[in-house]
Amino acid sequence: MPSLDDLRKRITSVKSTQKITKAMKMVAAAKLRKAQENAEKGRPYSEKMNNVILNLSKSITDKENAPKLLVGTGEEKVHLCIVLTADRGLCGGFNTNIIKKAKSYFEKIISENKTLKIITVGSKGYDQLKRQYKSYIVENISFKESKNINYFDADKVGKIIIEKFEKNEFDVCAIFYNKFKNVITQIPQEQQIVPLNKDKNDKDDSSNDNDYEFEPDEDEILSNLLPKNISTQIFKAMLENSASEQGSRMTAMDNATRNAGELVDRLTIEYNRSRQAAITKELIEIISGAESL
Amino acid sequence: MSNLFNIDIVNPEQSFLSKDNVFEVVIPAVEGEIGILKDHIPIISFLKPGIIRVFSESEEQNFYVEDGIVEFKDNTLSVLTSSIFDLKDADKNFVSESISSAEAELSKDNIDDQKRFLLNHKVEVLKSISIN
Repeated sequence: MPSLDDLRKRITSVKSTQKITKAMKMVAAAKLRKAQENAEKGRPYSEKMNNVILNLSKSITDKENAPKLLVGTGEEKVHLCIVLTADRGLCGGFNTNIIKKAKSYFEKIISENKTLKIITVGSKGYDQLKRQYKSYIVENISFKESKNINYFDADKVGKIIIEKFEKNEFDVCAIFYNKFKNVITQIPQEQQIVPLNKDKNDKDDSSNDNDYEFEPDEDEILSNLLPKNISTQIFKAMLENSASEQGSRMTAMDNATRNAGELVDRLTIEYNRSRQAAITKELIEIISGAESL
Repeated sequence: MSNLFNIDIVNPEQSFLSKDNVFEVVIPAVEGEIGILKDHIPIISFLKPGIIRVFSESEEQNFYVEDGIVEFKDNTLSVLTSSIFDLKDADKNFVSESISSAEAELSKDNIDDQKRFLLNHKVEVLKSISIN
């Protein structure tokens, strides 16, 4: 049985932990609102970009000579995976969920005897993956210094991908991130960005048959647009990720605060009981001492 | 019959400008400036460094863009760009910095003609801004 002093110390320590988690929760809540706003503001851009590409790829008649970023290299040997995670921990299952999703994809690639290359964005992802997949990680990017998510950072990642594609270093590229659904739910996503998934096109083929005028021709616009689209997709993923991170942290810290509260209650009861026990014991000693006289 | 149409300028971070009362927009497309009026046929093009001029009934707005994509459809002009600023609040330092970095890029030997053309053009436009 722990002594009274020990119990008192433990209660104080749990209480101060609770203060920290409570503060973190509130900070996360404030940041979440901003991150959510940013994610919403960024949506029109990527949607419009998608629309334009959709319309463009519909009007391409010469499929053979279409840009490789759109239709792929024709092979599927080398897979490049971009794993986007946070730079900080203490956000519940946020990072682990992305990693889990990514790992199952990696295992599939490896078991099919294809080559795997990994780029990690965010230091937590690198920390978790380096144990198992160190030899596959080709690059490790972190934006710890930038306070806010900005397009330049996303563009940097995008440029790295394009550069690697032009050097024929990979055939298929997928990104992993958490999609923000609501504060409690974040869904880990796997999205293929090279070659672009085209199942969407088939669905609404008939809906808009606009004949566009292109200046210069389609191919040139596409080859100019596709690299931008990659950066845009990454930017979108980063925005979703940051909203998810804050949401996840908020829930995790809320839980931690509640748990700490419960622990404090339990410890206080235990403390009171053992104090009462000590008093009773002393009383009995005194009484029985007096009786024996 | 009104002759007005909509314009949406978005950059990755946010929607930059959205108006529904413009009657002409001049965009610096890659093969020359295009003036767009209502009921223009659908067009997709991309931009070179230059100035977007937006004419609405009450005012005229000028924006500097570095690159981007424009789409015109159903009387809505969408401009997607990652670098844009209003000429009214142009930052002198930023402009001169951009000029010098573009010139530094130009002085390199290993750039192709197209890039050289774009950079030359960029310097020209930026210089015209800094004079005003």
